Order: sequence, then structure tokens, then C-alpha cells
Amino acid sequence: MASETRKKKAKAKAAEGNGAEAKAAEANGKVVEGPEQHSIEITFESYPADAYTHEDLDLSTEDVLDIYRNMLLQRRFEERSAQMYGKQKIAGFLHLYIGQEAVSAGTARAMKIGLDTVITAYRDHGIALALGMTSNECMAELFGKATGCSKGKGGSMHFFSKEKRLFGGHGIVGGHIPVAVGIAFAHKYKGDGGVCLGFFGDGAVWQGSFHEASNLAGLYDLPVVLVVENNQYAMGTSVDRAAAEPDLYKQGVSYAMPGALVDGMDVFSVCKAMRDHIAMARDNKPSFVEIRTYRYRGHSMSDPGKYRTKEELEAKKNQDPILRLKGYILTHNLADNDQLDEIDEAVKQEVMESVEFAENSPFPPLEAIYEDVYSQEDYPFLA
Amino acid sequence: MAQLQLREAIRAAMVEEMDRDEDIFLMGEEVAQYNGAYKVSEGMLARFGEKRVIDTPISENGFAGLGIGAAMNGLRPIIEFMTWNFAFVAIDQIINNAAKIRYMSGGQFKFPIVFRGPNGAAGQLAATHNTSVESIYSQFPGLKVISISNPDDAKGLLKSAIRDDDPVIFLESEFMYGMRGEVSDEEDYTIPIGKARIAREGDAVTIVGHNKSYWRAMEAAEMLAADGYAAEVIDPRTIRPFDWDTVVASVKKTNRLVIVDESNPFASVSSEIAFQIQSRCFDDLDAPIMRVTAKDVPAPYAKNLMEYYMPSAEDTYRACRKVMYLD
Repeated sequence: MASETRKKKAKAKAAEGNGAEAKAAEANGKVVEGPEQHSIEITFESYPADAYTHEDLDLSTEDVLDIYRNMLLQRRFEERSAQMYGKQKIAGFLHLYIGQEAVSAGTARAMKIGLDTVITAYRDHGIALALGMTSNECMAELFGKATGCSKGKGGSMHFFSKEKRLFGGHGIVGGHIPVAVGIAFAHKYKGDGGVCLGFFGDGAVWQGSFHEASNLAGLYDLPVVLVVENNQYAMGTSVDRAAAEPDLYKQGVSYAMPGALVDGMDVFSVCKAMRDHIAMARDNKPSFVEIRTYRYRGHSMSDPGKYRTKEELEAKKNQDPILRLKGYILTHNLADNDQLDEIDEAVKQEVMESVEFAENSPFPPLEAIYEDVYSQEDYPFLA
Repeated sequence: MAQLQLREAIRAAMVEEMDRDEDIFLMGEEVAQYNGAYKVSEGMLARFGEKRVIDTPISENGFAGLGIGAAMNGLRPIIEFMTWNFAFVAIDQIINNAAKIRYMSGGQFKFPIVFRGPNGAAGQLAATHNTSVESIYSQFPGLKVISISNPDDAKGLLKSAIRDDDPVIFLESEFMYGMRGEVSDEEDYTIPIGKARIAREGDAVTIVGHNKSYWRAMEAAEMLAADGYAAEVIDPRTIRPFDWDTVVASVKKTNRLVIVDESNPFASVSSEIAFQIQSRCFDDLDAPIMRVTAKDVPAPYAKNLMEYYMPSAEDTYRACRKVMYLD
């Protein structure tokens, strides 16, 4: 194989190498060969919007309304968080997921919560709420309270729940992708039947850690679905300004993983895609799924989002995953406007209560600073 | 007492622990089919099979992170770095993930993982293959750091490291893998993490040295003995947690301290020891603390330069005589 390649290269070099020789050969009536051309066929599954009904996915009316409720909960939770940030109740970085709710809600419907594991980047409020973590524990974490899901030690970027198997929101872009693969490694090693869903943003695809982790997943046949939530912007840098190959779903090819492209504004498309790929992962077939979505807000609270036009934002808002699902529910007569308003009211109420809960919760006691970590005892900071 | 090479003692610790606990696996470059770049894991693939002794591609960031994820999800990985120099491309995994996630999650996840491999100078390998990393990892709470100097400590401490629920940085040495020494025959032999060893008792001066530097300290003590002075030599064995009590008690007796440390000097382990001892033993010290370190340059290639780069027994001896006001 290797010698064959070398031979081909040598042949190609001879043909292009010496202009005079080539011309002489042409004159003698010989055909001058260039390098041989080869093509690779790339196949990928596509999950466009509007391709699936709830019935196709065996979802009951109640299921659809639950999904709607959850997406709305994510939206209202974050709208309220932004307000609380403005009131300085929440500090640090706050990255909102608004616009991407179909990704988390569709995934939650496709997986076995409590068995399967999820790990994601720092835009993690949506998936936490989709997995069934409570608004109270999430809001309290944003407030930095002892009752928060990470006891006030993580904040917005670091939601964790051992119970719901959320292995964290992570703050270093791409740094958690090898960890996702390791979580999957443990599923396979223990034979517990679980799979790991590793989410990251489009910016993470250009970190070496993504490529190293993908190779290990493909090499060891690990039960993992690597999911890029392509919200089009890595902070202020659009995908086409960062990617030599902007079709991210092709990245799986080098790592022997099937790729898929999913419309992330349609919760049913996400659900279908994630079900298919979770099923593959359960057979120890890793895969790479690109979900195209959109974040309506800035990268973080300090980002005015000047890198995109008003027109682009407006056009994308017409695809709002929540409005889209609302339209679907009304068209299919799964509920009427009054019922949907009731859901909205209930969700707003839940979020308001979570703010009250967070507000009334205690800050962690100062002793807690030394808890949950190995730290040298007898190490005075004033010495 | 069995006579074992350092590599055999490390292997014995891994084999005993893997026999005891199915959740432990060994992963790294060339650990399985090649039997280990330095033959530390020789025979382990045959004994445990490819599920538990796993070769990796050259992807330190990838497989260090894989180990961390596996630990987070219930396993107890041993991750071998061919050398700690190669772990620089995995440092985000070790520092941001292994050391910090337990804390950030409010204690929900634990990280029983050992990262092990040879550390420090290994000959004329030039600058990138001769780094001493202990001060770097010791900087971060969350990581325990062990640096061994002999086969007995290697076995007892590695077994403890594997059983520990926190991530452990375990530092060996290419130079010492072939070194023979007595290893306890005691069944299930462990040495507690965080306990220094007084290798040689004395009252004239305290010399602290870990890993290869421990041997420079012992050589210097031998030279002082020829002069009629008894030096006390302490091998801290674990850098984090550091056994301050043992060093403090010794300095209170000798009133003098010399530290040998093959790291570059700035913000090294020796800096920290010197700070802590001046703070804890101010009234007991009869002389300024001295240290002997590598030169403050990247490691060179040329034989004479590399020899000059490393802290020597002679320099250690000279430092001891100076703090004893003999010269």
C-alpha cells in the first residue's frame, strides 16, 4: 500500500517535474499524466425542519404540551435571569440560551434521564431545566446561594446534578469534550447501558481537544453522541470566519463517525435525530451531530451583538423554536390559546417563585470555602 | 524484603491494586503491546487484557481528559504519561478539570485518578524533555502531588494514590527506574500520603530533598559525616500535602536548613519550603535557609553544561557547611 502510494507520487512528479521533458513527450505523441484524481463520498443524515409530526415520534398531546412547557420555562427563566443580572443579583458571566431551547428539550425527550449522561459547555441553563433540575436550584446557583445546584460554587457556567446525570457546564471551550468521551468510556467499561451526550458550541470544533476526543471515541467505539450546537457565532466570530470547512457535520468523517445535520429550530427534528444517534451509541457506535440553531442574545450579558445585522436577527426570530411549536400545537388542535396562556402563566409563576427562593436562601457559610476540595490543612493565608 | 527495581515496584503496586479492584485500568502511550516505554507496565496486558491495559494514540489532552471523565463516572483510572514533559499539552485537563470540577460541582463528583510518569531531568535530552513539573502542579489545590525516590516508597505510595478519591500527580524518574531497593513484603503494603520520611538522623543541619535530589542530599550527608557532622536528611515524599511537622521538628533540632530541588529556582517547591520554615521556625534558625537548585535556564544539551545545570551533592555539601558557618 505504502509503496504503491510512493510509486504514484514518483510518477506524478516525473510528469510535472521537467517542462522540457514533458513537451518532448507531447511531441512524441505520448499522453502526459497528471496526478490521479480520487473522490470521497460523504454521506450524512439530514433532519430538516417540518419533516416530523408528533405522531411520527409517538409523542402524545400531553408530551407535546410538556415539551412546550419546558421550552417556555427555559425562556422565561433566562429572561428573568437577565433582569436579575441587571439588578446585580447575579454576577460574573451569564450566557443565555434563548433561541436554542429546542435542542435541549428535544434531547431530553430522546434520552433515558437518570441513566444517560450529559455534559455541556457554559451555556448550560437550558439543558439543566430540560433534564428536570428545578428552577429553584438553578436560580439559587445563579444567585450564588448555598441551596444552588452546585452549592453556590459554580455559578451560571457550572451547573451540575449527579442525580440527573448532568456532568456539568464547563467554561474552557472544548476542554470538556475529552471528558465526555471518558464518561462514555466508563459506561462501556461498566456495561451499564448508558450513553454520554457531549454538547459543545461551534467555536469548540477548532480546539485540538475536539479532534483528540473524536479520534478516541471512534478508535475505542465509545457510546457517545458528540453534538455541536452550532448557534452560528463563537462569541463574535461567525462560523465562516473561523472554519476552513463551515459544514461542521463533515468533521466526523476523519474519525470514522457518521455525521448528521439537524435543524435545531424544530424540536421534533432534534428529538428524532437524537433518538437515532442515541440508539447508535447504545450499540457502541459514536456519532457526530451538528444541530444548527441560533442564539438571539449576545454571547454574554456584556455583548451588544454588533457583529450581526438587525435583518439577520429578525429573520431568525421568525424561526423561534417556541413560536414554531406554538403554531404547531394550534394548527394541530393539541391545545387552544387559552390553555397555552395558562401554561405561560404557570411557568412565569414558577420562575418568580424561584427568584424568591434564591433571594431568601442563605449564602454559603465562609467555612464552605474549604469544603469539597483537597486543600492543605494548617495552611494559614495570613502567615 | 524483596529487592525490586523502581519500575518493578511501581508495577507491583498497579498489579496488586488492579487485582483487588476491577474499576482500575491503566491507559497511556505504549503501555500495553509495547509493554511500556520504560517497561514499567511489562506483562500487564497479558495479565489484565486489553479492556484494562489500553494503548492510546499520541493524544495527551484526549486521554488525560478521557481518564477524568471515566473517574467522574465511577472508574479509577491510572493515566501514564511517557514523561511529564508531554503532559503540558494536557495541562488544561489536569488543572481545570481534574483539580477543579469536584469543587465547582459542590462536591457532587469525585476524581479518583492517578496521573503518573517520569519527571525532571533525564540526561542530555535538551530543554523540552527535562522539565521538573512539581511546583506547577503543587500550585493548584485539588491535586495531591507525590514524588518518590526509591522502590519501597514507590510501591507503598502508589497503592495509596490509587485508593485516594482525589486526583494524584505521581512523579517518577527515568534515571531511577532501574534502581534497586528493598521493598516491604508486608501484605497490602501502603504508605500514607502526606508523611515525610527521615532517612538519616542528625543534629548538625537538616537537608530536604525529593526524587533524585534526595540522593544528592544523602551524598552530601555522607560528605559531612566524613567531616564529623551528622546531617538529618528528610525526603518529603509527598509535596502536597506537605508534612510540615516533620521538617519543623527537625529544624527546631538542627537550627539549619538546606533544600535541594532540581526545579528551576523561581517559585519552586524549595521557595515554598523556605517561606514556610522561616515563618514557622523564625526563632529557631541560626542561619538563613539555603537551597541548591537547577540553574535558572532551560536545560541544555551539551554534557558539561547539563552536568553544571543540575544541583550537585558538592554544592549541597558546600551549602550545609555555609549554614553551619564552617567556611
